Amino acid sequence: MSQQIPISVNVNGTLYERAVEPRLLLSDFLRHELELTGTHVGCEHGVCGACTVLLDGDAVRSCLLFAVQVDGHGLVTVEGLAPDASSDRLHPLQEAFREAHGLQCGFCTPGFLMTLVAFLEENPHPSEREIREVISGHLCRCTGYQSIVEATKIAARRSA
Amino acid sequence: MKPAPFEYYRPETVDEALGLLAEHGSGAKLLAGGQSLVPTMNFRLAQPAVLIDLNALAELEHIEPDGDALRIGAMTRQRQVERSALVAERAPLLHEAVPFIGHPQIRNRGTIGGSIAHADPAAELPVVMLARRARLHVRNRRDARSIPVDEFFTGLFATALGPEEILVDIELPAVPPSTGWAFDEVARRHGDFALVGAAAVVTLDDSGRCRDVRLVFSSVGDGPVLAHEAARQLEGEIPDDAAVRAAAGAAAERDVDPPSDIHASAAYRRQLVRVIGTRVLARAVERARNGSVS
Ligand SMILES: Cc1cc2nc3c(=O)[nH]c(=O)nc-3n(C[C@H](O)[C@H](O)[C@H](O)COP(=O)(O)OP(=O)(O)OC[C@H]3O[C@@H](n4cnc5c(N)ncnc54)[C@H](O)[C@@H]3O)c2cc1C
Ligand code: FES
Ligand code: FES
Repeated sequence: MSQQIPISVNVNGTLYERAVEPRLLLSDFLRHELELTGTHVGCEHGVCGACTVLLDGDAVRSCLLFAVQVDGHGLVTVEGLAPDASSDRLHPLQEAFREAHGLQCGFCTPGFLMTLVAFLEENPHPSEREIREVISGHLCRCTGYQSIVEATKIAARRSA
Repeated sequence: MKPAPFEYYRPETVDEALGLLAEHGSGAKLLAGGQSLVPTMNFRLAQPAVLIDLNALAELEHIEPDGDALRIGAMTRQRQVERSALVAERAPLLHEAVPFIGHPQIRNRGTIGGSIAHADPAAELPVVMLARRARLHVRNRRDARSIPVDEFFTGLFATALGPEEILVDIELPAVPPSTGWAFDEVARRHGDFALVGAAAVVTLDDSGRCRDVRLVFSSVGDGPVLAHEAARQLEGEIPDDAAVRAAAGAAAERDVDPPSDIHASAAYRRQLVRVIGTRVLARAVERARNGSVS
């Protein structure tokens, strides 16, 4: 019988209690246990960035953490960005992505959003170079990045 | 892929962690930031039977002065090191190098100790440690010892750490006056592992001659490579442009034995050693003349 460890974790303001096998990746915990499938999984070695979530406010790869490690911590996933889940309103950064065509297939988008939300919080008026640097940790196979940079600039301008 | 099953422990003290390590022996692995270990577990290149998670060890997370030296706990995140005013002041070479490690999302989890213990030949931190003559403080269940960095990196992903030892603390000694420093690297894309990285620390004497030179490269050998020949050529000399270029040339010809791989040929890496070596030495000399410390 494999080890099962009880954890309690706050995700997007809701407290979840579950028992998990130690080898369960946080990305799989979010997707399969909590059915929060907005967090995507591309590579499982930290390279593509699709699985990025906020752990206690910091952008991290959920594929490089075990669910047991976030016991007692707080997470935000892409589902937690919009101000009110019951309405159609989006987070201002999501709004900017829509306007600037910052996504096509949308596979990479949740990861970009989580990284950029944390980034803009820390650096509300970034240069284009800083934006390009911070998204270098994410792969997008559709947009060519240009429109993602543009969306970020729009969001930054609006928060001014 | 998914990791193979393992037993999980999250000790609250270093003593407890050392006890677990001794008890479970070679089947156990230490988990720090997980940014190197977890990918290898996901691909089942590593299948430890027991994982000892160091992330609850608050005693290993600190940046503090120790006389004129600087002490950094092994579990201090790379991101904390990057943001520390004390590091910027007392260890500006480290401060300059850390942003080259992967991406912010990686540095938010990755630890200073994890990178040093992992000893990737392409990594930035081992290069900085060697350039700065760090001392690595390690413990096992019974003893503590401190290893001079010149004896720490022993080969490809290999260190002097024993199977029952944990790296607990990194000590960066004080640097003498008239010392300058620089770090630089070339990578395909921002955040990628370096094709070649280099750190230089240069101390000048009263007459402007090199008293002490440390020039270290990444990605050109089994671990961080200290350029002995380049240092020997510069010591006692006035480091003008020609001398600096000649020293970097000597490093490229005699100190390094770079690999050819899908990222770069050996010849290209040698050329990078010449170019980046010249660049970091020149910058270090300039800063030494302006009276900076490393
Ligand atoms: C996408 C991506 C890009 C990256 N780019 C770079 C880069 O450009 N440059 C770079 O240098 N690194 C890079 N890394 C690796 C990153 O810096 C890792 O954080 C680092 O190599 C390992 O540190 P860690 O804390 O994550 O250790 P872990 O992955 O947890 O551990 C690594 C190894 O060290 C051992 N270990 C950890 N801590 C200790 C300790 N205190 N005592 C003894 N043994 C210990 C572990 O058992 C394990 O074998 C990248 C990683 C990813 C995923
Ligand atoms: S799935 Fe985590 S970084 Fe690609
Ligand atoms: S929008 Fe398709 S991968 Fe980025």
